[in-house]
Amino acid sequence: MSSTSIITSKAWRFRAPSVLPGFGLTFGYTLVYLGLIVLFPLAALVLKASGLGLSGLYNIAIEPRVAASLRTTFFISFAAAAIDIVFGLVVAWVLTRYEFPGRRFLDAIVDLPFALPTAVAGISLAALYAPNGWFGEPLASLDVKIAFTRAGILVALIFVGLPFVVRTVQPVITELDIELEEAAGTLGASRAQTVWRVLLPPLTPAVLTGFALAFARSVGEYGSVIFIAGNIAYVSEIAPLLIITKLEQYDYAGATGIATIMLAVSFAVLLAINVIQAFARKRFGHV
Amino acid sequence: MSNVAAGRSAIARKVTEEAPATRIALILLAVVFLAIFILAPLGVVFAEAFSRGAAEFAAAFAEPDAQAAIRLTLIVAAIAVPANLIFGLAASWSIAKFSFPGKSVLITLIDLPFSVSPVVSGLVYVLLFGSQGLLGPWLVAHNIQIIFAVPGIVLATIFVTFPFVARELIPLMQEQGSVEEEAALTLGASGWDTFLHVTLPNVKWALLYGVLLCNARAMGEFGAVSVVSGHIRGLTNTIPLQVEILYNEYNMVAAFALASLLAGLALVTLGLKTFLEWRHADALAGRRRH
Repeated sequence: MSSTSIITSKAWRFRAPSVLPGFGLTFGYTLVYLGLIVLFPLAALVLKASGLGLSGLYNIAIEPRVAASLRTTFFISFAAAAIDIVFGLVVAWVLTRYEFPGRRFLDAIVDLPFALPTAVAGISLAALYAPNGWFGEPLASLDVKIAFTRAGILVALIFVGLPFVVRTVQPVITELDIELEEAAGTLGASRAQTVWRVLLPPLTPAVLTGFALAFARSVGEYGSVIFIAGNIAYVSEIAPLLIITKLEQYDYAGATGIATIMLAVSFAVLLAINVIQAFARKRFGHV
Repeated sequence: MSNVAAGRSAIARKVTEEAPATRIALILLAVVFLAIFILAPLGVVFAEAFSRGAAEFAAAFAEPDAQAAIRLTLIVAAIAVPANLIFGLAASWSIAKFSFPGKSVLITLIDLPFSVSPVVSGLVYVLLFGSQGLLGPWLVAHNIQIIFAVPGIVLATIFVTFPFVARELIPLMQEQGSVEEEAALTLGASGWDTFLHVTLPNVKWALLYGVLLCNARAMGEFGAVSVVSGHIRGLTNTIPLQVEILYNEYNMVAAFALASLLAGLALVTLGLKTFLEWRHADALAGRRRH
């Protein structure tokens, strides 16, 4: 570019020379704003948690009610993400590979859980599965109860996580090399064999990434769950709700402890996603 | 499957396609799943809102508390969205147009609020500004209230919508490089003119895209706002919080009427988003997400 016109000094510089103005102003503003809005408040949480110490955190985590809520949250989030990857894969495949009336509409509506406020999703799911709801009533006659049980939490988390899987897998399906499938077919593989041995391996990193994103989102989810969950302590109480309960009781240490554990898990998941993607780039040349 | 007869009968269809029966079954599975998990929750919002007719629906909006909630939601979005818009422009200019070490760490930090639970996002501000918080005593001494007041709601909303604009702009501006800006500057344009007449037109659709998503989340945020709001009727309730109160009072029509306002916003957002992706796909960042 224009580097030839600039005399490069030997001294180390923070940024590479450029003729564009405004680096100091925009970079400074970015750091200050990021620091004030995000890093400083998060540091307050870390500071408070470090006051508890590891043993303090452990004691909060094994408190029976806290342990139960963490188990509920992680276990059901895991199950919901697992269900999401199965159906998300089918939805992504159908939306990318097949042509049928209404496809464009369905493709657009998959993002609804991203766009619909969680409280709205929460009350509408609760209304759907309540004993007199569209789904609740027929299910009740089969003696199946979903609203105000742990199954309700599962339903809400499936809703919340679905677009993460679909939107992560879809671009990879679009980029799949059709020649590989043709080659497999020509060499005598059945379609099932092709899907299993040729198509699924390159999709696996994307599916795992989608799983991790859906799981991470589900663990922190609050609004769409609390209305349908019933929120019975030890049974259907999720960790984010317990944070709010603890805050209302002015138990700041307890709230901080749960939040720190959840934060640690989200960062671990974030790290896992990066590892998966680094592997996928090396192995398949794309994410 | 692999015997010759089966191979011959399938000759009409390409080796890269599923059998018609499999195809139909998969389409049906996807459609039914989406109908149950996505369309039904959307439909029930409007069905419940109008379950006792349009008059009751309209009456829900005549309530002073509902109007106060709508007003507060608009105020919060009117502060949070421009704040993150300006940040997004500054961040993407410094990150995409210049090269310096530690860039990927900075981008990760900008994305951080997306991986924090909404409830935790609210909690960090309580720990900072609450009466027992880090800055609590100082704020009390100076008679400044942030938590359980509008400033806290605005801050929590800014936090949860923080990355939206920046993450749309950064990859796009990185893709575009800075050749056009350099040309403009060489031809004598000022830095500000270059930004206004060269950079901004190049990213306008991505900017609109980011602002749309940011606004939808700002108006609909529940968890984070719920922690810092204090739920004071007519004062610190945004629309989602008012929906919760009405729902818990079994005032279903009013709750779903207000909720339908947010659902309508979500549909408009999705519609515009789909339109932008379809009409201006090339003007948005090459790869969405990651």
